[in-house]
Amino acid sequence: MEILVCIKQVPGSNKVEVDPVTGVLKRNGADSKMNPYDLYALECGLKLKEQYGGRVSVITMGPPQAQAIIKEAYAMGADAGAIVSDRAFGGADVLATAHTLAQGIKKFGKFDIILCGLQTTDGDTAQVGPEVSEQLDIPCVCNVKEIKGVEGDNILVDMEMAQDIEHLKVSFPCLITVQKDIVQPRLPSYLKKKDTEDREIVMYTLKDMEDQNKNNYGLNGSATQVQRIFPPTSDKVQVTWDDPADVLAEKIYSTIKSRKLLG
Amino acid sequence: MGKLIVHQDKVTDINAMISICPFNALEEKDGKLEVNAGCKLCKLCVKKGQPGAMEYVEEEVKTVDKSLWNGITVYVDHVNGEIHPVTFELLGKAGELAKKINHPVYAIFIGSGIEKKAEELLHYGVDKVFVVDAPELKEFQMESYTAAFEAFVNEIKPSAILVGATPVGRQLAPRVASRFNTGLTADCTILDIHENTDLVQIRPAFGGNIMAEILTPNSRPQLATVRYKIMDAPERSAEAKGEIVKISVPAEKLKTRTQVLGITQKQKEKSIENADILVVAGRGLKKKEDLDLVRELADALGGDIACTRPLAEAGWLDAKHQIGLSGRTVRPRLIITCGVSGAIQFVAGMNNSDNIFAINTDPNASIFKVANYAVIGDIYEVIPKLIEQVKQGKGVKA
Repeated sequence: MEILVCIKQVPGSNKVEVDPVTGVLKRNGADSKMNPYDLYALECGLKLKEQYGGRVSVITMGPPQAQAIIKEAYAMGADAGAIVSDRAFGGADVLATAHTLAQGIKKFGKFDIILCGLQTTDGDTAQVGPEVSEQLDIPCVCNVKEIKGVEGDNILVDMEMAQDIEHLKVSFPCLITVQKDIVQPRLPSYLKKKDTEDREIVMYTLKDMEDQNKNNYGLNGSATQVQRIFPPTSDKVQVTWDDPADVLAEKIYSTIKSRKLLG
Repeated sequence: MGKLIVHQDKVTDINAMISICPFNALEEKDGKLEVNAGCKLCKLCVKKGQPGAMEYVEEEVKTVDKSLWNGITVYVDHVNGEIHPVTFELLGKAGELAKKINHPVYAIFIGSGIEKKAEELLHYGVDKVFVVDAPELKEFQMESYTAAFEAFVNEIKPSAILVGATPVGRQLAPRVASRFNTGLTADCTILDIHENTDLVQIRPAFGGNIMAEILTPNSRPQLATVRYKIMDAPERSAEAKGEIVKISVPAEKLKTRTQVLGITQKQKEKSIENADILVVAGRGLKKKEDLDLVRELADALGGDIACTRPLAEAGWLDAKHQIGLSGRTVRPRLIITCGVSGAIQFVAGMNNSDNIFAINTDPNASIFKVANYAVIGDIYEVIPKLIEQVKQGKGVKA
């Protein structure tokens, strides 16, 4: 069974601020890490391999430094890794990212199961997974809370819905996005890290892709455009009310109601 | 749409240029300044860098005839025909937007045996409800729902589509957007519209530390998802207006490569960590029986009861209701603390709550430092009155 896990390098912290005067994005600390949600997807992949055999590959898109998370995946047990990186891919929105990743995946190999984390901690959209599935024209199930097992060329999964759990049988090849806490991710192993120090990381740039039209990548291939970024107007209120009890009750209730906080 | 060109002769200080980029996308190679794959084309280096060093060059863009795309559409989120309330909120927003550009409001309702349920939507200011009703659409499956959605978009050509960010909406919208090679913006908190029908989509980025304003200027339809309880639902009008239009999709288009084996109802695990609304009892309570008062308020609000450590230790409530370092960490949308002083161990377990109301008689209580609403008052007087208000507001006799 060929398993692929899509992973992403994200900033180590979400603590960014916009300088209100200059409009410059201030990032504290340049450290980065593997998107925490992807650890769950990777662990699911490794578990499937242990149970049914096969190989686990990982793919990421990003600047060359993002190879660090492929090395991390190797230390957790991944067998092969590829990075999709080119200046032409910069500034990509969900659509262009999904297109680029799908192109990279096609180049990288044929996979039975593609696993993604539910979302990333930086983009936070949870949209790239399903868009990749469309670009690859394969079935997709998101929000998976349990992988029940593999049956022939199918995977059995439980999808979490608002009120129900939908039990699905999905035929290969397919894309699954898994929830946080679906499994406990293992820690990278020091021995594996030593073992895989020299393992190859395949690099794909625009010239490796089947689609050579650079207008389908990066900012040019993005359907959405960020017009501006600005600091949020903090709706953090801090007020003190010192009134008779009936007035206090009235104030609390009307505030709760106008802020739509009632159950 | 464009690219950055580095004019090396205008670069006077490479390191100063590199430090401008928040994405570490500028680097030095053989003494020259280069742009790497990390570039997000924010153009800060053009604006803030040494004059003339960076140039942004516009490139030809694909365009779309926006006049061919008409109507603000809302995807009707539902479970077995029971319409999710986010749908009505979005219809309210769609109505506002449509009015600004003189477009109709549409709803797209996909499912099985739902035609009758579509009538309810006619009370919320919709011009047309398009219904795709087929037995294959009984349960949500991404492929069949996308096919139905695709048929609607091809036939009606809506300008914008608003989708509730529910478990279904969050996976259906991207698949549809990708099929039409168009833009999708997740979890918008503010929506507006330009005269040229471009949807102004504002959403929090980087965990809410920054807001981004996003447009989909060169493709249609424009898709956006919005979470529940962000927009205001309009009042239900007594009179039904608008019409229901059926769209039929050939059965072979609704085939899927997934198969629903069954559906089970989710077990409602009640734990304070998942609660949206919490009412917390503290040491301001004089005796165990007084918990009933706190519980009554929690019930009236549709929330759960929680407590501080002393109360859990005294056995007034089970430890699984305890908030704090030695208890649970909670992040409800609404938390009301009643007679809680606010020890740091307690505050650490709840200070990320969205809206904190603290009721305490002591104006110097440390809980007031984290409270959004510091209510100086006696819980024995305020809570009964508050319960009364809540019950009245819900139309229940106090």
